Amino acid sequence: MSDHSSGLAHGYPYLFDRQALRAQLAVVDRIPGVAKPDPILKVSNMEREFGGLKAVDVRHLEVQRGAITALIGPNGAGKTTFFNLITGFDRPSASHSGPTGWEFNGRSLKHTGAATVARSGMVRTFQLTKVLSRMTVVDNMMLGAQDQPGEGFLLSFLRPVWGPRDKAIRERALELLQRFKLYEKKDDYAGSLSGGQRKLLEMARALMSNPSLVMLDEPMAGVNPALTQSLLDHVQELRDDGTTVLFVEHDMHMVRFISDWVVVMAEGRIVAEAPPAEVMKDQAVIDAYLGAHHDTDLGDDALLAEGESLDALVAQGAGQITRRGRGARQDG
Amino acid sequence: MDFLQSLVIDFGQAAFSPLTAAFIIAAIGLNVHFGFTGLLNFGQAAFMLVGAYGFAISQKFGAPLWAAVIIAMIAAAIFALILGLPALRLRGDYLAIVTIAAAEIVRIVGANSVLQPITGGVLGVARSSYAKEFESLSPFGDGIARIGPYAKPWTAGGDSIWLRVVGFGLVILFALLVWLVTRGPWGRVLKAIREDEDAARSLGKNVYARKLQALVVGGVVGGFGGIIYALSASVQPDSLGRTTTYLIWTCLLLGGAATVFGPILGSVIYFVGRIAIQDLARQFIPPEIMNSQQVPQFTWILVGVGLMLIVIFRPQGILGNRKEMAFE
Repeated sequence: MSDHSSGLAHGYPYLFDRQALRAQLAVVDRIPGVAKPDPILKVSNMEREFGGLKAVDVRHLEVQRGAITALIGPNGAGKTTFFNLITGFDRPSASHSGPTGWEFNGRSLKHTGAATVARSGMVRTFQLTKVLSRMTVVDNMMLGAQDQPGEGFLLSFLRPVWGPRDKAIRERALELLQRFKLYEKKDDYAGSLSGGQRKLLEMARALMSNPSLVMLDEPMAGVNPALTQSLLDHVQELRDDGTTVLFVEHDMHMVRFISDWVVVMAEGRIVAEAPPAEVMKDQAVIDAYLGAHHDTDLGDDALLAEGESLDALVAQGAGQITRRGRGARQDG
Repeated sequence: MDFLQSLVIDFGQAAFSPLTAAFIIAAIGLNVHFGFTGLLNFGQAAFMLVGAYGFAISQKFGAPLWAAVIIAMIAAAIFALILGLPALRLRGDYLAIVTIAAAEIVRIVGANSVLQPITGGVLGVARSSYAKEFESLSPFGDGIARIGPYAKPWTAGGDSIWLRVVGFGLVILFALLVWLVTRGPWGRVLKAIREDEDAARSLGKNVYARKLQALVVGGVVGGFGGIIYALSASVQPDSLGRTTTYLIWTCLLLGGAATVFGPILGSVIYFVGRIAIQDLARQFIPPEIMNSQQVPQFTWILVGVGLMLIVIFRPQGILGNRKEMAFE
């Protein structure tokens, strides 16, 4: 489905076999910024300051081709800002630690606008969905496609030039709408869709151009549980068809269920990287999610119950963690 | 009965006057800006003025008609580029402010006495200095055409049949062109930009270039509106100022933005409606309450109230799609 040749061009075939992929990742060191066997995206020294606040401060990150990589971290960790920087929606600040640079499929994306990034095969979605409300669902989809000569002003007069391509785009759009169970809505205005349907539409639209990397910013936020499973299946199908996936998510269940690799951000930095089953054991992750002072007993019994549920969340991922105390939820 | 008869005659005069054609063309241009691309251009009258100057001045200095039309188009396109290159990086509201300012600059510079040998200053360029070649191209010959109750000159002057044919011919041409380009992929991208620029960017669309294109296309169409306006009256900078811009907006919103026929219907209804109010007020309001000088002013007040009512109660205009406007 996707641009498979790009994988071959770098000497590595896209690993359709997920077990082989996981085996490759299993031997990668568990240190933040570790090199991957076959990175599709490489980022170095990316910083972004807002006033005095350093929202993003990433030394190095590589994203494995063919893997579903989750980017997790507490609120305000800089995940979305990081997404914006990579996809050209924001510009990095001058770095203090070395030359800033990021490559996608071996091509530098520095000084590249958002539209060019998308055309090069890295398509993103937004945390707050951006559907085109006063356009129909199928028009939304058709905008996702590339290589439509009729998008130029002069050629748009000549239907014979763009007509056949438009027909092909429309067929693909309808096929994707079928897959995402939005086919019945195809002639409705996108503004009339529910929040969950908008998430689906945005994801389907991102796939119109057969991207080699799709970046999903909280695909599960606001999606009802009945849709969650089908969304999870879609993401895995996507990977199996040849699209690398990088996603931001707060839902730990989803992260554990579908990701091959987890990157943890906190306060703008990457604090841990590991396969999902291991990542929650990492002390840096526990600190990031619970706060470094989570063992400080404030002596407030009322906070016990709350603290317990949070611990349980962490325990799910880690299996076992040393409980050094509970109760300090305020800074978590 | 006499009153009704004269009212209907006035309606026909208003609906098919060359001035109406000029406004329709300008509204079609504004529709490309606002209706399809979402650009808040509050300086459409300046595009008309630039087109009118370009045409009138080059004719005055001896350029042939075809060259004068091309110069008018180029002038409008350059004005769009000067305006758009810096201003289209800004978000909607800022563009509105920049366009208001730019339109005022064009008007005030045109009226400047230093430029009197070229632009004629406040007095503008007289119609007689640029309309001759246009009139000489008329296939109708001289004389007066009598169509029903109307008696119009075939060729001479700003109220001629020849100018009507050309004006409404351009209306049909531009409506057709807008329909052609907006039904296809180019129009789809423009609408995407109108809805959400960042979404369009994330889908690989070159938003800035497309906005610039839309501004140039709508501006050049507005320039043609200026040419027809110039041929129907004269080129006076102060008659193509802010008021004209707001009237074009009224016409567009009344008919329905983002539709092909909206600007046409809106302009016709606007001109007919204004005549209706004026005639009715003259007929039925006693002169002790409102004298004949006050009637036009009263009409303007009602036009303003009308614009407010449209925006509040029928934002999609007459032809617009209610559903399309319902999500905001």
